[in-house]
Parts: sequence; C-alpha cells; structure tokens
Amino acid sequence: MYSEKVMDHFMNPRNVGEIENADGVGEVGNAKCGDIMKMYLKIDNGVIVDAKFKTFGCGAAVATSSMATEMIKGKTVEEALKITNKAVAEALDGLPPVKMHCSVLAEEAIKSAIADYMKNRGISLDNDGGDCNACSRRCEDVHEQFDEDSA
Amino acid sequence: MSERFVYLDHAATTYVRKEVLEAMLPYFTEKYGNASTIYSIGRESKKAIEEAREKVALALGADVKEIFFTGSGTEADNWVIKGVAYANRQKGNHIITSSIEHHAVLHTCQYLESEGFEVTYLPVDKDGLVSPEDVRKAIRPETILISIMFANNEIGTIQPIGEIGAIAREKGVYFHTDAVQAVGNVPIDVNKMNIDLLSLSGHKFYGPKGIGALYIRKGVKITNFMHGGAQERGRRASTENVPAIVGLGKAIEIATKNMDEYNRKLIALRDRTIDELFRRIPHIRLNGHREKRLPGNVNISFEYIEGESLLLMLDMKGIAASSGSACTSGSLDPSHVLLAIGLSHETAHGSLRLTFGEENTMEDVDYLLETLPPIVERLRAMSPLYEKVKEGV
Ligand SMILES: Cc1ncc(COP(=O)(O)O)c(C=O)c1O
Ligand SMILES: [Zn+2]
Repeated sequence: MYSEKVMDHFMNPRNVGEIENADGVGEVGNAKCGDIMKMYLKIDNGVIVDAKFKTFGCGAAVATSSMATEMIKGKTVEEALKITNKAVAEALDGLPPVKMHCSVLAEEAIKSAIADYMKNRGISLDNDGGDCNACSRRCEDVHEQFDEDSA
Repeated sequence: MSERFVYLDHAATTYVRKEVLEAMLPYFTEKYGNASTIYSIGRESKKAIEEAREKVALALGADVKEIFFTGSGTEADNWVIKGVAYANRQKGNHIITSSIEHHAVLHTCQYLESEGFEVTYLPVDKDGLVSPEDVRKAIRPETILISIMFANNEIGTIQPIGEIGAIAREKGVYFHTDAVQAVGNVPIDVNKMNIDLLSLSGHKFYGPKGIGALYIRKGVKITNFMHGGAQERGRRASTENVPAIVGLGKAIEIATKNMDEYNRKLIALRDRTIDELFRRIPHIRLNGHREKRLPGNVNISFEYIEGESLLLMLDMKGIAASSGSACTSGSLDPSHVLLAIGLSHETAHGSLRLTFGEENTMEDVDYLLETLPPIVERLRAMSPLYEKVKEGV
C-alpha cells in the first residue's frame, strides 16, 4: 500500500527529536483523528538551518513528517511556507488516497512552526500560517475533502 | 526483511487445513457434477453436500433440515436480519442488537432503519459485555428480533448467550447470534442456549473463504434470500459451491472434535502473552474481558502510540497482526467496538489485536515478547504525547 520511499522514511525517519531553544515550535492535529505532529525549527537569518519533529500517527504521518523536515532544511522561511502537502506526498512517490489527509498535517506543522517563529519575533504575516486548519477542522471534514479529491 | 513469519491474525482469517483441502479437491475436477442432476456425478455432489450439512448440524446440536449454506458469514447475517424483519413486519418493526456487532450486522440494521424499522443498539460495559437485563428491558410488544453476537471479533469478549436466549424464549422473540468468531472455539448448543438463528463462516476455523451457513430453527418465519432454483430448498437459490461446502463440513467436524485440546493450547499462548506484556511494558490496557474471552484473543492498547505504525513495524519483523486504529480502517474513526467499551480516541488508536491459532507455538510468543517492547519504546520516543507524560512524572 505504501511506496518504498514512504516505507524508508517510516522505518528510518530523518530528523526525529526536539531542538532545545528552538526558534519556532508548532503542534498540529489531534489524537481524535489519529495523527499529531510537532515540529521544531532553528532559524538563522530567515533560513531554516535545522528542523526536527515528533509524531504520533500512522506510517504516512511519520513519513510525511520526515520528508517535510528534509524539504525545508536550508530553505528560507518564505520558500518553506510555499511547500504544500501535495509536494510532500509527491516527494514520497505518492500516498494512498485515504492517507492524503495525513500529509496535510506536515504542511500545517511547517506553517504553524513558522508562525510561532514570526510571533516570537513580532513579525506579522499577510498569509497567516498560524491559523492551523487541521487543528480546528473536524476529522469528518478532512475526510470528506479528500474523498472528493480522490473521486 | 525478516526470515521469520509469525501469523497472529487468525480472527481475520485462517489457512485451509490440509485435510480440508484434500477433501475439497476432487470436487473441483473429477466430481464436478451439478447437485441438482440425476446422473451419478450429480448424485455424488448432492451426497457430499448433505454430509457436510450433517456435520454442521452436529456441531451446533441442530437438525440437518435447519442448516442452510450461504456465500459467507456476511451473507448469513444479511439474510437473517432482513429476512426476519421482512417476514414479520405485521407483528412489529423493532430489532434489538448491540453496539459492538460486526459491520455485517450493524450496517444491515442501519439499512433497515432507512426502511422504517426501529433498532435499539444496546451498550456494553467496560469489558464489552451486554447485560441480559438490558435486553429484557429493551423488549417491546413490537420487537421481532434480538441479534447479539456470540463472541466479539476485536476484543474477544464472549457474551452470556444462554441467558439472553432464555429471555428471548420467555418473551417469544426470535434470537439470532452471529457466531462467526465462536464456532470452533466455544461449545455451542442451539437448543440448550435457545438460539433460533445462527450465522457462521468457514474461513475462521481452517475452512475456505466465501462459504458460510445459517441455522434456522424449524418454524421461524424468514423470507427466502436468493430467488431462483430449488437449491437449499428454494431459500437460497444458486448452484451450490460444492468444494467449499465440503470444506466447511470437514473443517467444522475437525474443529468440534479438537476443541478442548485446541482451546487449552491457545489459552496458554494467550495468557502468557498478556501476563508478560503487562510485566514488560508500562501504560498498556487489556481490552475485553479477562476470562470471558476467546481462547486465542489478545487485544491491548499501548498508550501514546498509533496502531498502524505498530503494525508496520511488526510486519517488518515478520509478525502479522491487526489494529482498531483509524488509520488501518480507512476511515478517520477508530474501531466502534473500542469506543463502545469507553476508550478515548487516543487509546483506541493505539490498539493491537493478536489472535493465535493452531500453528502457533510458545517460541512464537517468545519472539513476539522480544520484538514488541523495543518497537513500542521506539514509537513512544517519537511521540509528542509521550513527551508530556514523561515531563509529568
Ligand atoms: C463476527 C463476525 N461476523 C461476520 C463476519 C463476516 O464473515 P465473512 O468474512 O465470511 O463474510 C466476520 C468476519 O470478518 C466476523 O468476525
Ligand atoms: Zn494517518
């Protein structure tokens, strides 16, 4: 059901852990839906120099967390904000349609951690990444959205 | 990958036993006759079907005329619930079932609600037990069917079927039990237990998939399921799947004969697994009743981790198991059974079901006990929920 790349990132996840004195921390998802992702960022001069994560969730959730942290390392904050869940899923050679909702969390975790960084610096964003959809959306809504997408 | 393969998902399905396969094989090739014909190979098929029917009847303490073969356990459940509902509409429109039934029963009941029937879904206690008194209180003048599963497929809890049967009989309401998980594991007597209707499925006791049976007590009003030829006395038309029927018959015969020894063996594997996991891993919970449970069933929730991740890692070590987590069900909700016994969504997501079977050994248990704790440890180390617990202590 999962691609080899997903299984690789699941069995050997990159960047698991925490960053002490992180510049931005974001936590998204809820246990009710089955996945929670917490992301830590170290940001230097607007560039993400390190990223780490902790995830409670399925294979897809762990693999997308791992891939997302790989993708944003070395990127500027602005570039990282443009990463979509689809891009993360594509980098993993795709996810089964029922698992696309798990990849939303990766995108939202990046946005949430960056929003936290901005807030800490007193910077405001026009596109408010901190308004995390996955946290407030009910499980059913997320599910329906992807049912439609995959239909 | 792992060299070792340990199958711990016998509640999902079993392999076909060698003796069963051997009994089936001739009916694919040389004994291919249609059982409705009068020449010799047709008569041979007919005879084989009737012998299988006798074996099923014997296993349940029923009469051969009360056994009808179906295409699966799901089909038997669909037939019995829709069939009793439609045949007894003049008497009433109310059905009583439990909230932890298999989807084959639950979704059929939900369908009937859309057809104007009323369904009471009885709650269960923390161990997954239905209270016979709750059943009694739920009975109304218009109640036409009580359907309570014999043993639960996820948590293994065995219901007080005899007590519920006695109440149903006293009140004159038909009593059905989905015994798909119980047959071959628990002694069943439809007369002593006052069971009027019972569903079973071949692939849970080392028989083939895609074959089941429905026991219908003589005199019970139920509509025919498949309209067509005269097979199964016109109640379930269609040319019989002779090899599968023969296989089911052979499998139920062996399962009934071996039940005591089989149970003793499975209980030893089950109990050691439960006791040792509790000794080795903190923050876990046993789901289902500790004693009133299927001999081969272990269902444990590991707090702070998610079931699918657990299954994937076990699979990498060659262990096949299952979970009630949402991420394994394809929906976003965890198992309705785990929620019904009062688990939070978090705890339900972290459930693992291990179901033992005939080929398992104590060495398999040893291997599981070596393999599982480090996996749980690793996933917890990755979990943001566990972090909070550690900070808390
Ligand atoms: C309790 C219960 N009922 C019904 C079924 C369905 O049986 P089948 O797979 O033969 O349709 C199962 C098997 O998954 C089951 O465990
Ligand atoms: Zn998931």
